[in-house]
Amino acid sequence: MTIKDISTLLNCSVLCCEERLGSDVHMACGSDMMSDVLAFVKDQAVLLTGLLNPQVVRTAEMMDIICIVFVRGKTPGQDVVELAREKGVVILSTKERMYEACGKLYESGLKGRKEP
Amino acid sequence: MSIVLKHEIPGDDFSRAGEASSAVKNKLKQMGIPPEVIRNVSIAAYEGEINAVIHANGGEITVTVDPDAIVIVISDTGNGIPDIELAMQEGYTTASDNIRALGFGAGMGLPNMKKYADEFDIRSEAGKGTVITMKIYMKRPKD
Ligand SMILES: Nc1ncnc2c1ncn2[C@@H]1O[C@H](COP(=O)(O)OP(=O)(O)OP(=O)(O)O)[C@@H](O)[C@H]1O
Ligand SMILES: [Mg+2]
Repeated sequence: MTIKDISTLLNCSVLCCEERLGSDVHMACGSDMMSDVLAFVKDQAVLLTGLLNPQVVRTAEMMDIICIVFVRGKTPGQDVVELAREKGVVILSTKERMYEACGKLYESGLKGRKEP
Repeated sequence: MSIVLKHEIPGDDFSRAGEASSAVKNKLKQMGIPPEVIRNVSIAAYEGEINAVIHANGGEITVTVDPDAIVIVISDTGNGIPDIELAMQEGYTTASDNIRALGFGAGMGLPNMKKYADEFDIRSEAGKGTVITMKIYMKRPKD
């Protein structure tokens, strides 16, 4: 699945790094707790979250997460978008709530982390 | 032939938490360190940096790059950790609801650091501060 597919499935607005929508995504992680996200390391992951601070982008940066989807129609501040742009992290925003957003992606074949 | 990177971790502005680890990550990328090694170093450094900010009012990070390993030392002069064994348990946290609202305080940071580092050492003294030393090998990255 590509970031573009995620954007279409969840009817997202793209807030930055539009040029990277064609990138492949292999798995997803949904959480508002960044330390839970940091326990999960895999390549080409997307992070779904309702948290809006710069540490969401920092966490993505540290883990090489290539896309963040903000759920419940939330849009982060300009500082957060700028930081993401600088780091090359695609920012999407969807009206879906966390549970539905994760469910839709899972149903379409985007799984979570396989091994414990 | 080691290269030493040193950064202050300011304790008064949570929105800047992570800047030191980000600077380290950029430098390691420029140096051509293998990506899995960089990721393990980044995550371990970042968890330590966040802890220094939220639990100790800031501190300092020193990263030493040697041909065979990277050593991260995160030190602070905060209140220290009274019971290290307890603090190392997954899920143990003393973080306030304010911290949790910022996305931290799951009690996962120290266990994560131990997991991502090949060698992990923590020393803490009540009222004096905490020093965490982590070594990540250039070859044979964990998992
Ligand atoms: N540098 C430090 N100074 C003082 N206390 C610390 C320090 N680092 C950790 N602690 C104590 O150890 C506990 C566990 O730390 P740990 O990083 O595992 O979890 P956390 O920071 O509470 O939450 P998370 O890391 O999931 O965001 C903390 O809640 C705190 O009480
Ligand atoms: Mg922590």
